[in-house]
Amino acid sequence: METETKHTEEVKRHDKNEVVVDIDHISKSFGTKQVLTDINLQLKRGENVVVLGKSGQGKSVTIQCIVGLLTPDKGKVTVFGDDVAEMNDEELKELRTKVGFLFQSGALYDSMTVRDNLEFPLTRILKITDQAELDKRVEEALDGVGLLDAIDKLPSDLSGGMRKRAGLARTMIVRPEIMLYDEPTTGLDPITSREISELILNMQKKYKTSSIIITHDMECAKITADRVVIMNEGTYIAEGSFDELKKSDDKLVRSFFNETT
Amino acid sequence: MAEQAITGYKKWLEGIGEQGVFFKSFFRNIFRGGFEWSEFVRQCYEIGYRSMMLVGVTSFIMGLVLILQLRPSMLEMGAESILPKTLAVAFVREIGPVIIAIICAGKVASGIGAELGSMKVTEQIDAMEVSGANPLQYLVVTRIIATSLMIPLLTLIGDAIGLFGGFLALNFTDDVSFSLYFHKCIASLEFYDFFPALIKTVFFGFAIGFVGCYKGYNSNKGTESVGIAANSAVVTASLWIFVIDAVAVQITSLLFYR
Repeated sequence: METETKHTEEVKRHDKNEVVVDIDHISKSFGTKQVLTDINLQLKRGENVVVLGKSGQGKSVTIQCIVGLLTPDKGKVTVFGDDVAEMNDEELKELRTKVGFLFQSGALYDSMTVRDNLEFPLTRILKITDQAELDKRVEEALDGVGLLDAIDKLPSDLSGGMRKRAGLARTMIVRPEIMLYDEPTTGLDPITSREISELILNMQKKYKTSSIIITHDMECAKITADRVVIMNEGTYIAEGSFDELKKSDDKLVRSFFNETT
Repeated sequence: MAEQAITGYKKWLEGIGEQGVFFKSFFRNIFRGGFEWSEFVRQCYEIGYRSMMLVGVTSFIMGLVLILQLRPSMLEMGAESILPKTLAVAFVREIGPVIIAIICAGKVASGIGAELGSMKVTEQIDAMEVSGANPLQYLVVTRIIATSLMIPLLTLIGDAIGLFGGFLALNFTDDVSFSLYFHKCIASLEFYDFFPALIKTVFFGFAIGFVGCYKGYNSNKGTESVGIAANSAVVTASLWIFVIDAVAVQITSLLFYR
């Protein structure tokens, strides 16, 4: 019986059609301002979905609902089949170990070195106490983002791009199954933006994660997206591959592409 | 006008409610297990050791100045010999704890408020939360317990330095030996002078840590709010220190001085 269950889980793990995140008709407002209106989005296993849209359209709010940082006013968000709003503290904690979140600024802890930043989730989530194991994992993660030289530096000594790399390494170090990227290339020069976008793609291939990437950077979308969703005024207006949308006849979609490229 | 007053009153009540919830979360997280010892030790160092110089210098000057100010009046009354006793009782019971707590409210509460406020603005607290770690346990519990322990310790050190300042001031004008001065100071202090004063500094420390953490942790997302959190932390913590002091003095008077 146990073997059968394990087998079913294994099959499920490799089922590329499995929906890992299901955003079902959610709406959210802050005071009188309606930020999200009837949003639907499904993320399948191993897929990279890019949510494109101008600033202030509610893109970040959408992914904050996935990890339970915000609760939608209407609709529901399910991750791995479980309703996020119904989860208790322990279940939410468990969920957050499976869902990585890269913040716009990298959100490195100021008072800690890069090494301590990366050790933080290892010691608290994976409960690793062996220093040799910690060192090995931290060095491996930093090597993966090309930041091994900065291991003992403080976040204040790093450039914007380096902080995002370190933030990415810290998020990926616990091997999440889903990655949520909030504006990963904002505030970076075009070359660094491209490097970060390629890094996201490499990470996805290496660790087989499913990702939602929030951005208004078309270059980032072009590099990373399997599927693109365009958001305008709190609702989704189009969905498809990058090339399909680029050729779209819809005036709003085309104008969006023209505006942002 | 009336509408503004009602809105203000509602906000005030909401604030009280939020503080109640924060207070409950703090206690719940103390007993949750997985105490962050390394962060607690770091906070003790930051709050205790790094405030020592400020507390020491202020206490020394307070002791020195008090003796210089008191001496002429005492001399007039022929009560010069009770100067050490007067200073010891005043300093240990009231001046030391309150002045040191106010100084620490300025330094520590504002520091905690600004630190947590900027962590909020730069999404570090959110990052901690979504990583599955417990930011309340790591940031709040450690800081409040550290202030609750370090403020009494700083007060003890400050009291000793303040009395030493008094000795130097007295020694400028009168020929008083170190041992005689401290013998007079210590002999004049009773258990009820020392112990209730020390207990109230634990509450002062708690207020400083709690207010600093609450203001920083619940600041709005904007750079301006970091300044507001720091400023508001100092003002509120200082106010709480006086309120706690008033209550503590009443309780001590009822228990010991009747």
